[in-house]
Formats: sequence, C-alpha cells, structure tokens
Amino acid sequence: MKPVHGLAWLASVAALAAVAAAPAAAQKTQLTVYTALETDQLKAYQEGFNKAHPDIEITWVRDSTGIITAKILAEKAAPKADVIMGVAATSMGLFDAEGLLLPYAPAGLARVAAQYRDPKNPPAWVGMDVWGATVCFNTVEAAKRNIPKPETWKDLTKPAYKGQIVMPHPASSGTGFFDVTAWLQLFGEAEGWKFMDGLHENIAQYMHSGSRPCAAAAAGEYVVGISFEYRANREKARGAPIELVFPKEGLGWDLEASGIVKTTQKLDAAKKLLDWSISDAAMALYANNFAIVAVPAMSKPLPNVPADYASRLVKNDFAWAAKNRERILAEWSKRYESKAAPK
Amino acid sequence: MTAEAASRPAAAPEARGVILGEWIAARGGLVLLASGLLVFLTLPLAMILMRSFEDRAGAFVGLANFVRYVQTPALAQSTWNTLTFAAIATVVVVPMAFLFAYAIQRTCIPAKGLWRSIALLPILAPSLLAAISFIYLFGNQGLLRGLLPLAGLSSIYGLPGMVLAMAFASFPHAVMILLASLSLADARLYEAADAMGTSALRRFVTVTLPSAKYGLVSAAMVTFTMAVSEFGVPKVIGGNYPVLAIDIYKQVIGQQNFQMGAVVGLVLLVPAVVAFVVDAVVQRRQKALMSARSVPYAPRPARLRDGLMLVYVVLISAYMLVVILMAAYGSVVKFWPYNLSFTFDHYRYGFEEAGVEHAYGNSLVMAALCAVLGAAITFAGAYWVEKTRGADALRPVVRLQAMLPMAVPGMVLGIGYILFFNSPANPLNVLYGTMAILVASTIVHFYSSSHLAAVTALKQLDGEFESVSASLKVPFYRTFGRVTLPVCLPTVIDIARYYFVNAMTTISAVVFLYSPKTTLASISILHMDEAGAIGPAAAMATLIVATSALVTVLSLAAEHFILRRTQAWRRAAAPA
Repeated sequence: MKPVHGLAWLASVAALAAVAAAPAAAQKTQLTVYTALETDQLKAYQEGFNKAHPDIEITWVRDSTGIITAKILAEKAAPKADVIMGVAATSMGLFDAEGLLLPYAPAGLARVAAQYRDPKNPPAWVGMDVWGATVCFNTVEAAKRNIPKPETWKDLTKPAYKGQIVMPHPASSGTGFFDVTAWLQLFGEAEGWKFMDGLHENIAQYMHSGSRPCAAAAAGEYVVGISFEYRANREKARGAPIELVFPKEGLGWDLEASGIVKTTQKLDAAKKLLDWSISDAAMALYANNFAIVAVPAMSKPLPNVPADYASRLVKNDFAWAAKNRERILAEWSKRYESKAAPK
Repeated sequence: MTAEAASRPAAAPEARGVILGEWIAARGGLVLLASGLLVFLTLPLAMILMRSFEDRAGAFVGLANFVRYVQTPALAQSTWNTLTFAAIATVVVVPMAFLFAYAIQRTCIPAKGLWRSIALLPILAPSLLAAISFIYLFGNQGLLRGLLPLAGLSSIYGLPGMVLAMAFASFPHAVMILLASLSLADARLYEAADAMGTSALRRFVTVTLPSAKYGLVSAAMVTFTMAVSEFGVPKVIGGNYPVLAIDIYKQVIGQQNFQMGAVVGLVLLVPAVVAFVVDAVVQRRQKALMSARSVPYAPRPARLRDGLMLVYVVLISAYMLVVILMAAYGSVVKFWPYNLSFTFDHYRYGFEEAGVEHAYGNSLVMAALCAVLGAAITFAGAYWVEKTRGADALRPVVRLQAMLPMAVPGMVLGIGYILFFNSPANPLNVLYGTMAILVASTIVHFYSSSHLAAVTALKQLDGEFESVSASLKVPFYRTFGRVTLPVCLPTVIDIARYYFVNAMTTISAVVFLYSPKTTLASISILHMDEAGAIGPAAAMATLIVATSALVTVLSLAAEHFILRRTQAWRRAAAPA
C-alpha cells in the first residue's frame, strides 16, 4: 500500500463531493410540473404527453393538494414550477388571486364546457376532469358487525358507525377539503358544522390523503372510508369487498385543473403541455379514471358510478371556497384537531 | 506497514519544506473540519433560532411565535404526547434490553452469537417497517388482533402501536450499550457476596445493578431521545396521537410555515438536549470498574436461571424476527386480508407504477457516498483532532461540535438545512435540492457515534508513534498512511457500514431535503403508505432490509479478510 497523502486524499474527497453536486446535463427541455394527481395516474399521462412531445421531459413534483398548494404559495416570490397540472380549481383560484398564473387559451379551448374552466378570457386555468366524493363501504366487515349501508351523509352520524369511519384531513387533502365545503354549502354554515361535530364522534382517524381512507376501508381496517371515485374503483377492481356509496344529499367535488406559472422560462413547452392537457388524447386518458371530463363529448360511463353522477354533484362555488379556504381550515382545526385524540 | 517502516528517517534536504507543509496540513485539516461542522451543523441550527423570532415576511417579532405556539392547544398537546410516548418507550425498552444483555453476558445460555445478531437486526430496517408490521399484526384486520383486548386495548393506532414499534426500532441501540456495560465485572465482589451468604436477589441489587448504572442511564437517554425525535413510527401508526415530529412536518411541509416549524424544532430540541446533558454529566462520574487487581467475572452454569433466560432471549429474538418477517410476508400477499395468495405485484407496483426504482437507485448512491465520504471525513477528522498538534484553541470547539449531532433530532437538523441552504442570500444555495445536501445532512446526522468510534480506535494507538515520527522528521501523513490507517482499518470499515445502513433507512432529516430527482427509497415508503398502498410500502421496506443485510454481510467478510491479511501483528504482538 502506498502512503496516502493527506492533501491528495482531501482533494479527491472534494472532487467526489463536487461530482455528486453537479446536476445532470440536460438535453431535452426540462419542465417542472407541480401536481396533486395520484402517483398511479401520472405514468399514463406522462407517456401520453411524451408520445406527442418526446422532446419535453416532465419532472413531477407531487404531493397532496394541501401540501402542493402551501408549497406554491410559499414559493411565490421565486416560483420553481413551470406548470401546475392536476391541482384543485379552488387552489388555482388562490394562485390566480396572487397573480401567479399566466392566462392562456390552449388550442381547442372551445370544446371545454364553460363550468369546467376559469370564466375569464383567456382563462388562468382550464379543467381536466371532475373528481367527486365517494364513500367506500366494506360489505364484509359491515356484515360482521351488523352495520347498515349508509344512504346519506347524515346516516354517518348514527351511533352504529362509531369508530368505523375514516376521512381525509381537509388541510392536507383536496378531497377532504371539498367534503367540508360541500357540507357547509349543502347544510349551511351552522348546520354544516353541527353535522361535522356529529361525524367527528364517529371518526376513527383523519388521514392525510384522499386515497388512504378508501384503501383502509378496502382492506377492512375500517368499514367506511370517505374518498373519491377513482380510488374506489381501483380498489374494487383489485378485488376489495367494497360498495361505492354516493350519499343522497349531494356530492362534494372539485376540478383537476392546469395553468401556466407566470415566471416560467419555458413558455413554449408549458403551452404545449396545456394544449395537450385538453386534447382528445388526454381526455380519453382522464375518462379511464373519472366519469366526467372537461370536454363533455369525451366523457364515458365508468363502472360502479351511476349514470346521473353529474346531477348528484353539489352546486360548488369555487370562488367562495377559495376565498374562505383559510378561515374554514382554521375553524376545522380548532374544532377537531385541538381536541385530545378521540378514544 | 509496520512500526519500523514508519520510523525510517526521512531524507534530510526535504525536511524543512516537509515541516512547513506539515505545519499547514495539520492546522489546515483542523480548520477545514471546524469550518465544515460550522457550515453543515452549527449555522443551520443557529438559523432555526433566528427564524423562530421572525414572522413570515422575515421581520423580527420577538417571542410572538412562541406565544402563538403555547396558545395553540393542538401544538401544546403534542408536546405532552411526545414526552409521554418517550417516557413509556424508555420504561419498556430499557428493562427489556437489560435483561437481554444480562442473559448474554452473565449467564451460560447457548448460541449467544446468534441471539446477539438477531437483536441487532432492527438496525437494518427503517422504523417505518416496524409500524407497518404492527398494522399487519394488530390492526383491525391484524393476524393477532385477538390479543389486543387481553392487553386492555381497543386499537393499535396511537400510543400502543408507537411503543411496540419503538421497542423494535430502539432495542438494538439500548442493548449494545448494556452489553458493553455488563461485559466486565470484578469476580471478587461476587465471591465476597457469596462468602457472606448474600441472596441472589440482594447480590443483583447491590453488585450487578450498581456496576451497570452508567450503562442504564446511557441506554435510557438514547431510547428517550430516539423516541422524542421519531417521525416514521407516529406517521404510520400514530393515528390521532400527534407528536412534535409530526407537527414539525405539518408546519413545514403541510403549511410551509417555516417560522412555526422553527419554534416546534426548538421545543423538540429541549428534551433531546436535556437527555444528552444528563448522560454527559453522569458519564463523567464513571470511574474504572476494573483495576489491576480485579479478576474478570465468568458466569457459572445455573440450570434454572439459564433455562428461564434462554426462554426470554428466544422470545425477544422471536419479537424482532416476527416484525421483519411480517412485513416481508405482507409484501408478497395479494390483497390483505381477503386474498392471501402469493404475488410479486407489490414490488412491480412500486417499481413500475410508482417509479420507485429511481428512488431505490438514489438510496443506493446516497448510501454509498455516505459510506465512503463519511468514513473518510470522520476518520480523518478524528485523526486531526486527536493526533496532530497545533491550533489547540480549535480542538475543544471541534470536539463539542462533533458530539452535538447526537443531541439534535433529525427533523430539527432537516429544518435547519432548509432555512440555511434555501436562503437566496447563501452562496451554498446551489446545494439545495441536490444529492450533495442529502449526503451532507446524513453524514452530520450520524457523525457523533462514528466520531466516537474513530477516536476510540485512535486512542488505542500509542502517542509515541507520532512523537517518534516527529523527532525523525517523518511527516505526519506518512505515519498516518503507513501505521495509523492500516491499524484502524477494521474500525474505518465499521464506520462506513454504519453510515451506509443508516443512509438506507433514515427519513427524519432527508424528508425535508429531497427533491423529485433525489427522492429516496425510505421516503417512498412514507408516500406509498400515505396513499394507502401498504403492500408496496411493505415491499420497499423489505427491500431496504435485504440491501442493508447484504451490505453488512459483505463488509463483515471484507473486514475478516483484511484482518487476516494486514492485522497479523494483533496475534503476533509481543507483550509490551
């Protein structure tokens, strides 16, 4: 063994560290896209986009709606995202109010239904699809415990469901947030909070994604998981003994929507992604996952989702929800998070 | 390679230049280490303190954030929860580990090496694995959930699951300390006790326990600190039992409220630092148990005791194995609990649909970099501190900084890194979001134990080597390369392995620092669990255990080989 020279050794350590720090050389256009889409959806969407634009490489920054929203707002002085895709319209409203979005009319915008896009012209954001509240009800576990199938939201406050319901945390999850705003709009503020007080008595856990409550119900951990139709259908297709329940009073919902971040240095690539996001090819992919897509002609029926799904959605005032987001979440946290852990 | 080689006189003409170079290198190394620790440890921590006094816009607001913290009932509640959790975990783990170490060191049970290896297995696993396994075992569809009511519990989620998972994750750390503290005992004390007809119980209380008390304090403090700073376990199985580590995550990631995150970080730092100081003070009072006249104690067979202890040791080993095997089983079951047929789907899902192969690759790269760079920096650093001369004012500062990471929870280090490196004013800002920052944070996070190991190994070498080299005008780095490093090579490999395994399993600091391109396998477990994909989460956890185990076996084999090749002196050494 040769004697190791201290300084030479140090130099090689430094060189190694420098290699580790050096970013990979970029050849394709790199587009940073912030998203709240499900991990298992991203792959198909990315492949679809790259079929049309192989020269653009998407780097997804994925997290749940609440986290991605907070991240975008926190970075508003120096945004890192080029495009925001598949984030709740209520959050897009917030970004637009902060002046973060660059209005752009993607090619073929006329095909998008008026209620599924930002009404301004050109729009700050355009919708992809509707995702809405769905209750996953585990029939096997329910039978064991003699728990009846719920038909309405109010059913869920009955003592039979005590400790058997899981729902998403509204601050983390877009699904959780539209549940809460839907109840407030359906029942009115006072009644809505009273309903949630009752529901809280039966909730076993508030979970941090819209998917996990359904996954928990699918695995029989709990009988009722308040979730959304995509995850419910996925779990059912995997063989979970669940039934999809659409409570009668009406279903909370939001749009997965996309927009360009004003500060992007890659405007051309960003525009291409927005154009693709409402193309027929993209809509066909969304239609595999959701019953209602932004271009009505491209919607197709989804197994386990009723044909009149659209008419079951509540009248959702996005502007109201966006404006009151912080207040609603603070009130929710005060009521249900400051209590010592139930049970 | 031997002492004679090092003491060969250097050529006279180059001596002056060599001495100057040596002067610079010795001090330069120390300055480099001190500034490295300053930039990657002390300044990020100082940033937390600064930010906790600022509002979101960066204006100084005094104690306003702290006042808000105290007034937010949910946050105050988790402080109490954290202390309760850590206290219960300590009370459970320390006696459990003590009895285990006692069985290994002080009884005549068979197959001690096997039990010891099994007890150390949890080191190879991310703590998330234990939480996932306990959901499979005791969740509402758990294999053994029928046992829960027997223990008076209605649900595994919350405190019960957290304590059980912690008993797995922190067990080897407590057991290692207690194995060491029970390894030596003065047989004369036991003979005296026996001669006086002391009962076994009294002998245990008056002789055995006092001799192990420093180890017990250390084990308690280590367990307590681990539980206080644990993030993965409460995240997965904590249910509605919020703790501080979760609060930091929610504040920083969920709400991007860095100021409040800094406040919670400081609150979390308090119990960890208190435990660290208590331990340091107690250890300082430790005196040598063994003197020149001591006779090493060797246990004699005692049928009943050995039999009972063997049963206990087997039970504990079963606990560790069941946790690991449960996760492995969960990862190949098609649809828990309704379809128990065998499948590799969860591995496929993880790799293909969730794009985890990328994360796994990143983890391997990061762990390898941590092992190589960490071992090099730690060993060179310890050498500079212990074996070179000059710049004496810096030494205590470096020593203190080297021990600091032990008292700093990973979550706190992570938020310090965000605040420090993500600041646009910092020229080191380029590191943010790179692999380099993950490597740096992980090395710093696990620096203290590695540093201690290196110092211990170096102290075994007589200082005479350096004095003789100096008087013969052999530059210090030649002594280092020819004597010090070869002699300490087994320790260097140990340190590299320690960094590798911890880099594979850690989440606490890196969960704040990964970027989409540098996401890690351990973090992907967290994300898959969050999305409800518990099978794939179990698959990734199992893969991490398998990888760590493979690397451990390989490195032990390498060590064995090197010991045989280069450490012949250990066997041939003549009595001094």
